Amino acid sequence: MSDVVDVMLTVNGRRISRSAGAHLTLLRWLRDVAGVTDPKYGCGEGVCGACTVLLDGRPVSSCIVLAAQADGGEVMTASGLANADGSFNALQEAFHVHHAAQCGFCTPGMLMCATALLGAAEPPTRAAIREALHGNLCRCTGYGPIVDAIEAARDAREATAEPASGERR
Amino acid sequence: MSGGIRTSKVEELRVVHRDVARRDAAEKIAGTTRFAGDFALPRMLHARLVRAQAPSATIVRRDASHALEVPGVVSVLFGEDVPNNTVWVDVPGQTIEVAALKASMEVLATRRVRFHGEPIALVVAETEDALAEACEAIEVELDDLPGVFDPEDALREGAPTVHDDGNLLAEWNIDRGDVDRALDEADVVVEGEYITQFVDHAYLEPEAGVAWHDDQGVLNVRVATQVVEHYRDIARILGVPESRVRVIAPYVGGGFGGKEDMTVEPYVALAAARTGRPVRMQWTRAESLLARAKRHPMRMRYRTAARRDGTILSQDVDITSDSGAYAYLSALVLLYAAVHACGPYDVEHVRLRSRCVYTNNPPTSAMRGFGGMQVVFAYESQVDQVARELGLDATEVRRRNALARGDVLPVGQPIETEVLLSDALEAVVDRAGARPSPRGPRRALGRGIAANLQSYGRLVWLNDSAAAWVGFELDGSLTVRCGVPDIGGGQASSLAQIAAEVLGVDVERVTVHVGDSALTPLAGTTTATRQLLMSGNAVHEASCLLRDRILDAVAEETAQLVESLSMADGSVVGPENTVPVPDAIVVCRRRSVPVEALGTFFGPKGRPVVRELRADRVFPDFTFGAHLADVEVDLDTGQVEILRYIACHDVGRAINPGSVAGQISGGAVQGIGMALLEEVVLQDGVNMTGGFFQYLIPSATDVPDVETVILESGEGMGPFGARGIGEPPVGPPAAAIANAIADAVGARPNELPITPERVLACIERGAAGDVGP
Repeated sequence: MSDVVDVMLTVNGRRISRSAGAHLTLLRWLRDVAGVTDPKYGCGEGVCGACTVLLDGRPVSSCIVLAAQADGGEVMTASGLANADGSFNALQEAFHVHHAAQCGFCTPGMLMCATALLGAAEPPTRAAIREALHGNLCRCTGYGPIVDAIEAARDAREATAEPASGERR
Repeated sequence: MSGGIRTSKVEELRVVHRDVARRDAAEKIAGTTRFAGDFALPRMLHARLVRAQAPSATIVRRDASHALEVPGVVSVLFGEDVPNNTVWVDVPGQTIEVAALKASMEVLATRRVRFHGEPIALVVAETEDALAEACEAIEVELDDLPGVFDPEDALREGAPTVHDDGNLLAEWNIDRGDVDRALDEADVVVEGEYITQFVDHAYLEPEAGVAWHDDQGVLNVRVATQVVEHYRDIARILGVPESRVRVIAPYVGGGFGGKEDMTVEPYVALAAARTGRPVRMQWTRAESLLARAKRHPMRMRYRTAARRDGTILSQDVDITSDSGAYAYLSALVLLYAAVHACGPYDVEHVRLRSRCVYTNNPPTSAMRGFGGMQVVFAYESQVDQVARELGLDATEVRRRNALARGDVLPVGQPIETEVLLSDALEAVVDRAGARPSPRGPRRALGRGIAANLQSYGRLVWLNDSAAAWVGFELDGSLTVRCGVPDIGGGQASSLAQIAAEVLGVDVERVTVHVGDSALTPLAGTTTATRQLLMSGNAVHEASCLLRDRILDAVAEETAQLVESLSMADGSVVGPENTVPVPDAIVVCRRRSVPVEALGTFFGPKGRPVVRELRADRVFPDFTFGAHLADVEVDLDTGQVEILRYIACHDVGRAINPGSVAGQISGGAVQGIGMALLEEVVLQDGVNMTGGFFQYLIPSATDVPDVETVILESGEGMGPFGARGIGEPPVGPPAAAIANAIADAVGARPNELPITPERVLACIERGAAGDVGP
């Protein structure tokens, strides 16, 4: 437990290098060591998805990845989604308009799961959106508003043929 | 998926009744909200509880000596170290004292363990890692005692006693009319037994909080809670004046009743008081599932008598509820079950016996629906069965018996507002349209409907109140202060809309400060579907007071009739001229007129009840609704798929239709989870449910879109005629689904959750022609 390792990650475009216990999960490293608290602890066993981040562009449950395994990687979290001027990107805007966040605790993970989904080549159907969300639990909304939001973001993206933010960087 | 709004009364509204995108949601979507566990302070310590690993035992020995040798450990507390080692858990968050029930438990158990997970030691350390190591090193020796794990066993002669004064915690009875005569005269009598399970709130945010002393030595506790008024309970435990403790509720990551009783509060407070340093405690998911009070399992026996035409003559009801090891709110949850037990129907003859009983199971307490929801499963299964026996349409039977304004509930309370139950039933049936066909062989389709009523607002003898402060800033923006904890239902946002509506301000110019026991006027708990009723009315009252002050001042200043003035678009608007709010503020100042107002709203009052329930008022009012489920049953596997789900409630007036639809959709899915998936599994009191792998809440692929239909009678007691909608939607799903399964396979499930095994048993019984439970 006392082994310490150096981990360097690029988090939302910012390079962060810290020494910390080798046993730390990526989630604990982000939250407790790097002070990036938007990924949430919800279950600690990769079931609820509240800790979802993009690691090198792919969604992972950061509570079941060791920080040391991610060393050198690029991490994107919900607080890194906004446009350069600080305004919401299309997905965030859709979440806001469609009441996709109630208590908001699942929201950062939901946004990252949806970002990965919308970054894929094929625009997802409503059923495919639900399928993609099966590892991200929400206890407030009943999911409908979240699926509505992701559909709206998909349609907005199709209309403007703008790449999703997950691909932009 | 919204099925729209059907409104019966239209009035001029500018901000209220509009689908406003919520301010709090913007922060949450930006990822910047600091939830309780996201908050940290310099020199902060970490705390964790060591909990009992047996459900019933004597504590023989507790030893912290090895734990204190772990590097980084700062302190270990046992019960003897707590100034007043008692948590009073009667009625959280009351603004006044209410008569004490006997609900108390030790903060840290010293001699006796009554449930698996009871806290015994509080460990404080510099780091989470040191904490984990130290907790392992705490030695607790327990001597097992015989336990009792079923409430009916617990009532038997010679059963092990959980508390010295016996296992029976509370009873409520209702007698109206002559049930025996009704049973004799009935054309049909339907009997059933319905069983519900231990359910966990399973909000995504586990319990967490941080405590520290501020610059004047006041203990601050920033915690995920539904009740900032717990500062009083913390003060009592610490033995300090109530004014020396402050509770701050940040945005809460889901409550559903699970953050109504205290969770981490006493422990972070004790640790901070002991060490003089900031302390944080965060429960793991396993700890949350182990330690916190659950929804009450109930065993409900119903006998319903009806006439040939479907008129329900009588209900004969017997309810036993498992209180677990400590009382918490069990007596009141059972009271809700008793008062709601006959549903939204006018039943002339009623005999109800109910009791809640101590066991060595986990404690049970508040959860969305609060006893008023378990009974829906029973009474709506019964009504469906009555219709089946008589060969009548179940919707028609519901319509025929529906409560109407002026009818009197079995407990004695008259219904004072218009009831749109028939409209709700019609709305879900209309929307559903034709029944779908099976998608393949060996699949059966069924349609089920369930209606309900659920109170909103607290029991009337609690003399509930809420206060709010509303004031203009010099630039014409508006500040609202109200002690409501915002647990995700849009509580703060709705208050902004209400103030903006009354004061003619753009909602974007309104800032609402919530959930701080020191700096916001106390508004009571975010529980019991009470905040829109209570805080909504308080903000409405304060806003009207402020508006009238400003209009009076401007009328005098400008020599216009006050009746001709109004507030709109950031100005006082009159026939002669328009005064922008900043100028109106100058007018008020010059005339010594305050540009702020405090409003306090008092709920309806009534006298406390005794065991033999008879009261002309128990609750302020009720919300009514109807749900419809189309299900497909796989006849080989027993798997149930919900093809469509439609939910309709009369919300009186939708302050924010998006928030209302969100409450209905989310509540319905929680109800579906209880119906089909969720159960905290216990083996002789030992909690076997250690994580979300075992405790299954619905995922996006388990449920369909909930199609919501919002009715607006304008008849509620909240601002603009709103009714509460937080709890009502969780009630009907289990019954609607059970009725749909009965429709599909010819026999009905009577125990939750309705697992594939239980469905297969129904399929067998249905094939054998055995219909009832």
